[in-house]
Parts: sequence; structure tokens; C-alpha cells
Amino acid sequence: MSDYKIEIKNLYKIFGPDDKNMVELVANGLGKQELLDQYQHVLGLQDVNIGISASSINVIMGLSGSGKSTLIRHINRLIEPTVGEIIVDGENVLAMDQDKIQDFRRFGASMVFQNFGLMPHRTVLENAMYGLNIQGVVTSEGEKRAQHWLDRVGLSGFEDRFPAQLSGGMQQRVGLARALATDADILLMDEAFSALDPLIRADMQAILLDLQDELHKTIVFITHDLDEALRIGDDIAILRDGELIQKGTPQKIVLKPANDYVADFTKDVNRARVLTLNTLSHDVGSKEGLPLDGDLPIEQAMQQMVESDYNLVTVMKGKKAIGQVSLRDMVEAISKPKSTGSGSTTTYR
Amino acid sequence: MSFFDKFPAMERADLRDLKKGIDSSFKEFSRSWGESIEAFFDPLFYFLVNFEKLLLATPWPIIIAVVAGLSYLGSRSWQLSVGAAISFLVIGYLGMWNNTMSTVALISVATFICIALGIPIGIAMSKSDRLQAMITPVLDIMQTIPIFVYLLPVVMLLGIGKVPGLIAVCVYAMPPIVRLTNLGLRLVDKEILEAADAFGSNYRQRLFKVQLPLALPNIFAGVNQTIMMALAMVVIASMIGVKGLGVPVLQSIQNQYLALGMMNGLAIVALAIIFDRVSQKYGKRLQRHREGGSDV
Repeated sequence: MSDYKIEIKNLYKIFGPDDKNMVELVANGLGKQELLDQYQHVLGLQDVNIGISASSINVIMGLSGSGKSTLIRHINRLIEPTVGEIIVDGENVLAMDQDKIQDFRRFGASMVFQNFGLMPHRTVLENAMYGLNIQGVVTSEGEKRAQHWLDRVGLSGFEDRFPAQLSGGMQQRVGLARALATDADILLMDEAFSALDPLIRADMQAILLDLQDELHKTIVFITHDLDEALRIGDDIAILRDGELIQKGTPQKIVLKPANDYVADFTKDVNRARVLTLNTLSHDVGSKEGLPLDGDLPIEQAMQQMVESDYNLVTVMKGKKAIGQVSLRDMVEAISKPKSTGSGSTTTYR
Repeated sequence: MSFFDKFPAMERADLRDLKKGIDSSFKEFSRSWGESIEAFFDPLFYFLVNFEKLLLATPWPIIIAVVAGLSYLGSRSWQLSVGAAISFLVIGYLGMWNNTMSTVALISVATFICIALGIPIGIAMSKSDRLQAMITPVLDIMQTIPIFVYLLPVVMLLGIGKVPGLIAVCVYAMPPIVRLTNLGLRLVDKEILEAADAFGSNYRQRLFKVQLPLALPNIFAGVNQTIMMALAMVVIASMIGVKGLGVPVLQSIQNQYLALGMMNGLAIVALAIIFDRVSQKYGKRLQRHREGGSDV
């Protein structure tokens, strides 16, 4: 199991004065509401187990109150857990002493915040340099590195402005540059793009994906927006009331929702954009289809099929045919959610 | 029912003995410790005396140039700077130069002491709710207790002169800087502190790189208030032998010298306005990053 960069094991967080003693009650099935009513403790996270692979974007998704922001703050221990372990590169973050955790925050994991968390008294360049200042990098070197990342996120020329003089999207670019400048392997992004308007958000997602193509960081990305999760996530975990409900690739989440809650979540998604040919591919038949790469979303596949007048695709992996998908398969996949979980697929209240 | 007619007070003789006891034990204390306490404050005394001597020995044109220069550095406003120079010229012309220098020396030293003690206390208070709960009532007492009540033990211990005057001024003038340092640090945005923590700042980095710079406008308002309150104490300090603009004011009250009182009183006001405007403008300049939009 150690091929994970970050491994979260049996993590509980309960807010209240007697939190340690509440763990057993929750483990034995006491719900969030009962815990609040009977014991005046707030359930943050219950028995969360997640493995986070290196060099990928791991999205943790949930509605407000689901504990996602609490969870991400455990990874660099801005919040102390009630019980549990978080293993990063073989070391339990939750058992580190003050110096070690400080070092881990300086060199191991950097963070991007929902409301940017920029320092209003520092210029853009000084903000981007903050992590380097803390690491003890000399100013001239720090300025060079901060400038490099500001250039990369498209903020050349704004170095001497103050954050208050920038738009939200630009401020978050500063936040991103600040996090990247520390060269940490792990990037924690807490609803990093949620405060931005849709166009800017799409922009920032593109910037992040671009950078990730090259940097291969381990990114933990928190969001409440499923479209965002599906667009950028290599892997998605869904939280509800502090509990992990489902974890898997975007295709799996959309095609095989674990329960009605997830199904309801995913029902308005543009499935044609999420599902790829690979997910629908079945045995190679005798008929020749349009050869297309398996990673292509079916939205694009359908477009190409219509243009070239095919109604069958031969799914390719490199030069090899690995299966086929008919137009009919695609239409079916787009129109009808399949639930493997309990209950019906149609309504969830 | 005599119980309800008359308040069950202490017996007159007991009360007198109690007061006498306190008085005599304090006298005892001041007799045995007075000298060492005085010696403790000696450095302060020399600092004040020498600073005053320096101001008095410096030729007046240089003082005026320095005043105008500092005003300009603080406020970046030549009107204010010229106004300060003119005020000092008028003060000197009306024969109040030496007293004004004494008062400026006292206020400067008092403000310096208040800042040196007050900011660390304020920082400590902002870290701990318990400490805040303990210090706040002390600050309340310092600001509201009639000055003469604590002047008396100070005079008994240290005699009449500059140091007790300085202490009296500091006791009265220190609370604002402590309060506003505490407040300013507590008002720093929690999210920014979280960001500072997330990048691994240690206590000192967090304090000096983030908290203090962001609390600076409030701290500066505290400095401004401290200066104003120190100036308000000038006349009272003169009652225990502090030289300066307070002395003629006190004389004029005792002898009904209207013009003398007015002139010296107005000189204090002029000092107050100069200090206030310059420090306020400086405080505002510290907040330039808060302005959005155009470049500064």
C-alpha cells in the first residue's frame, strides 16, 4: 500500500472538549445529529481512509459541512486530529513534533487558500517570496525564484503592486505562485478557485493542468463543484458528513455511483465530456470502425464520427485496437445513469 | 433597630489604627528601600536630564530645522512642516523656548518608555486571554485613578523631581499603547495567520513578518494617543517639580496671571497639534497598501 504519497488512516476529528471519548460512540454508529443533540460535540471527520497517489491531482469533494476543508488541514496539521494517522513518505505527520511539522510545512507541503490568504502589506513579489523567506533563502535568490513563478502564472509586470490592487483571479495566481515557489512536492488547494467567477475559474483550472503536466506534483484539491472535480481530477473522493462515500476515477464516479447521494450529485453532469472511449469500450468485433485514441472523451469522439460518417469507433491504444464502441453505446451512456448502489437511479431526496 | 439606622461601620479607633498602620509601614518601606529604588531609576534620570540638556544647548535654528525636517519626514506635507516651524518661532519669540524644550524632552522620553514597555505587554496580552483578563483592569485603574493618589506614594518614595514626574506621566499615558497593540494584533485576519502557519513560520517570523506589520496602524494610533495623554499630564507633573510649560501655567492659576497661563497653555496645545498631525499622517502612510486601484 506504500505506493501512495499520502495515506490517511482511520482519521477522526470531533470538535468539543471531550472529543477522545466520543470516537468510540461514533465508531459504533452514532450519527452527526445525535452526537450534537446528546453530547454537544460536532462531528468533523469519521473513520476517513484515503490513499493519495503521487504526481496526480486528487480531488476531495463534498458540500459545505462535509468536512473537506477540515480534512485538508489535517494533512499539514493546521488542525489537530482526534485520532488517526496521516503517513506522508512513510512518516506520520500527526506524530511530528513542532520543529518537524514546521519543516514539513516549509519544504514538504505548500497550500493555496480559498480567500487567497495573501499578506496585504507585502507586494506581489514579496508575497510570492514568503515561503522562501521562511525557508531562509537569501533575498536575491528568493526574488529570482519568486519572479520565475510569477512569470509562469502570467503576472509579469505586477511584482510591485499590492494584493488589494489586483483582481480576485490575479490574487489567486499570486497564491499559486507563492505555493509553487517553495518547491514542495505536495500542493494543498483548499477550494482554491471557488471564490472566482466561472470564466476566471476555467482559466485557473487550465493554468493548473498546464503546470501539472510539467511539474507532476501531488495535488490535493478541495472543491464543492463536481464539474471542476471531473475536469481536473485524476482521482475523486466524495465526502459526506465527514465520511468518505466513494473514491475513484471521474469515469467511475459518473458511471458507477456508489449510492443515491453520489448518483444525485452526478446526474446533471455533462457525461459526454467526462466519459472516455476506454470506459465504454468492449470486445473488438469484426467490423472496422473509426480508429480513435481511448482517452478521447466521447463528446469529441461523437463529433469526429459525425464528421467522417462512421457509427462505430475502434478504440486504439497506440497502434493497437483494444475494443470498439458504437454510436448507440455512447448515446446510451450519456442518457442513462447506471447505479450499482442501493435503491433506484431516478430520484434521491 | 439601630442596626438599620446606622451603617455597621468599623469603629473609629480601629479605622484610624488601620490607616496609621498602612501609613507607617509604607513610610518604613520607603525609608529602607527608597534609596535603592531611586538608584534603580537613576539611568532614567540621567537619560532625561541629558536629553533636556542637549535640547537646551542646541542652537535654536538647528532645533527648528530638525522639527521642520522630522515633521516633513513623518507627514510628507510641507504645509505641516512650515506650520510646525512657525509655531516654534512664535513660542521662542514669546519667551517660552526653554520651558518648551523641557516639555519636549519629557514627552519624548515618556513616549519612548511607554512604547518600550507597552508594546511587549500588548503582544503578551494578545497571546493569552488570561493575561488580557488580568491586565485590562490594571489599565483601567491606571487611567481612572485620581493622579494625586498614586502621585503621593511616588513622591514619598522618590521625592520631588523629574523622575517621579516621569513615572506619573508614564502611568497615565501607557494604557492606550498597550490596549491598541493588543487590539491590533487580535484583529489581524485569521486566514492570513493560517497562511503564515501553513508555510511553516515559527513564532518570531509570524510575529515580525505578519502580525506586527498588519497591526501597525492600530499600534500607531496607540502611540498617538500616548503622546496626547502625556502632554495632558504636563501641568500636573509640574506640581511635583518637573520643569517645563506646566510650571508657568501652575503659577498663573495661583496668581491669576491670565496672559501667562494662556500663552503657555497655547504652547502646549501647539505641541499637541504638531505631534498629533505628524504621527497621524505617518500612521496613515503606513496603510498605503490598503488603498486599491492606482499605484502609490
